[in-house]
Amino acid sequence: MTEALLRVRDLKTYFVTEHGSGTARAVDGVSFDVYPGETLGVVGESGCGKTVTSLSVLRLIPEPPGHIRPGSLIEFEGRNLLTLEPRDLRAIRGNQIAMIFQEPMSSLNPVFTVGDQIAEAAIVHQRLSRRAARARAIEMLQLVGIPDPEQRVDHYPHQMSGGMRQRVMIAMALVCHPKLLIADEPTTALDVTIQAQILELLARLQAELGMAVMLITHDLGLVAGRADRVVVMYAGQVVEQATTTELFAHPLHPYTEGLLASVPRLDAPPARSRGRLHSIPGQVPAASAWPAGCRFHPRCAYAWDRCREEEPPLLDAGAGDPGAHTVRCWLLTEPRRRTPRP
Amino acid sequence: MTPAAALLVDVQGLVKHFPGPRAFLGLGRPQAVVRAVDGVSFAIASGQTLGLVGESGCGKSTVGRAILRLIEPDAGRVTLDGQDVLALGPRELRALRRRMQIVFQDPYGSLNPRMTVRQTLAEPLAIHRIATRAQAERRILALLEEVGLDPGFAHSYAHELSGGQRQRVGIARALSVEPQFLVLDEPVSALDVSVQAQVLNLLADLQQRRRLTYLFIAHDLAVVKHVADHVAVMYLGKIVEQAPAATLYAAPRHPYTTSLLSAVPVPDPRAQRQRIVLAGDVPSPAHPPPGCPFHPRCPHPKKDARCRSEPPALREVLPGQLAACHFALEPL
Repeated sequence: MTEALLRVRDLKTYFVTEHGSGTARAVDGVSFDVYPGETLGVVGESGCGKTVTSLSVLRLIPEPPGHIRPGSLIEFEGRNLLTLEPRDLRAIRGNQIAMIFQEPMSSLNPVFTVGDQIAEAAIVHQRLSRRAARARAIEMLQLVGIPDPEQRVDHYPHQMSGGMRQRVMIAMALVCHPKLLIADEPTTALDVTIQAQILELLARLQAELGMAVMLITHDLGLVAGRADRVVVMYAGQVVEQATTTELFAHPLHPYTEGLLASVPRLDAPPARSRGRLHSIPGQVPAASAWPAGCRFHPRCAYAWDRCREEEPPLLDAGAGDPGAHTVRCWLLTEPRRRTPRP
Repeated sequence: MTPAAALLVDVQGLVKHFPGPRAFLGLGRPQAVVRAVDGVSFAIASGQTLGLVGESGCGKSTVGRAILRLIEPDAGRVTLDGQDVLALGPRELRALRRRMQIVFQDPYGSLNPRMTVRQTLAEPLAIHRIATRAQAERRILALLEEVGLDPGFAHSYAHELSGGQRQRVGIARALSVEPQFLVLDEPVSALDVSVQAQVLNLLADLQQRRRLTYLFIAHDLAVVKHVADHVAVMYLGKIVEQAPAATLYAAPRHPYTTSLLSAVPVPDPRAQRQRIVLAGDVPSPAHPPPGCPFHPRCPHPKKDARCRSEPPALREVLPGQLAACHFALEPL
């Protein structure tokens, strides 16, 4: 297998809670790889740590109240981002690793033209002249499918629709041709027809520029259509990791299984679509008080004594290469316990 | 077709236009009128659910609010169980509100942060003089139980609850006056998937138990497929297609419906689907395109000059299925 572009090992990002009394272990021992050119989907519900993971990769965690614990490793092309000097880090951030955020409304600066905002990274990282950077900005606007780029380059964000602004965000992120793009809920704030446009655009640009994409989302449907591999997160940990086809065909973690069953589906047969949805009882626990043992056990239909007492490691599901499908669940050691409950 | 007697809610030609913002710091001439709702008609049979779907800005929430007169509509006719809602004076309207209630999208913004859950649920009982103080206590506990909340939550404030719990309180508040008709305005779109399923199941149970009639407003077509008997699709203030849910999802007749359905991601990597990616943005409802409002984005191969000049009427193209498209019966 090729060398990983990004290696994350045992990442722990903790926050001091509001009253200074406790610690929120938002990301608690997360490991994964991103390979060149692939799309890795990172899925989970709110509070699972997926956004904190992506912000940690770029070292955008505000300190305090947050900090990345010693022993964590974030390696990009063999260099540990956690020990880089600020200067060296800046040379990577926005240049080789870029990020697009969920809110195209609030992630653009309202007092600069979109052209200035796109050109900034090219001026900083590639030392382009203002004139060359402006030409580059127009080129980028064209690339992301904005009509009349020569006029649009002088527009301000408020003059654009949500879909347009997200295209501008993408243009900003891609201006330096990054090797890794982190897309955090890139289409959540958009309508479904605009979402389809943006996803199509991302897929085309990824193919053209050969970059890897870390697609962070709560939407399993989105991941199914776009990702090569998927990491499922729950309560600050990776609970399952596999190729997309494998994960959707054989979900092994009860949380993954439950999530897949609780999504209302457009492709459900008419007879099934009007019934009750499967739902996972309870709710995601707070990051300052993860349950003991397996963090999912209070909501799990299969849980037994061991789950309440002992935290499961990521276990190999045994399908394909070692590490191809890993699951944080004791059921893998006692598969007979996987019986449907009434 | 359902016999007319069984209709609980009947909406005919509903119109709501908002004045455009004024230029020059509010001193200039008002800009173009925003045609948020532009002649919307539908009916809901007792005990059924109508799903009203569309993208942001299509006017679906304004429809829900105008029916309840939380926003005063400009024209049209709304009847609830035969009673003309728009003709009522303030007192009669208040009395009628006992029979029609709304659950809002944002469980964070729609609960008063200074009230406990008990106070939130006691208020409608007091306003409508439904229960004495002692009766109210019992009713509040029963309501909490009915929406799946522990009685201990009666003394909690909204900020102490999760999104799902808040939405349950919002539902309990709507149910407290024992309405027949509920407008559910994006009731699950702010919730996580696993919690969304819990709330959808709760709404289904309540509908069955209390024989409720729902107007379910949502942008998520998969959720609507799961809950609705009939579906109406809105675009730029107008209904462009309306049909029984099974028909609409299996064989949509308006190109906008077809495109919307094809854009919804399906959680199955093996699903080979033909995607129609619409070009452009939804036009501003202050400046709707002439002719068919959908024509600038329409992928229909038959699209012609007529689409650009003549607005298509919403007509019955197949038994029970209405579509506003000149080429509704031509293959897309």
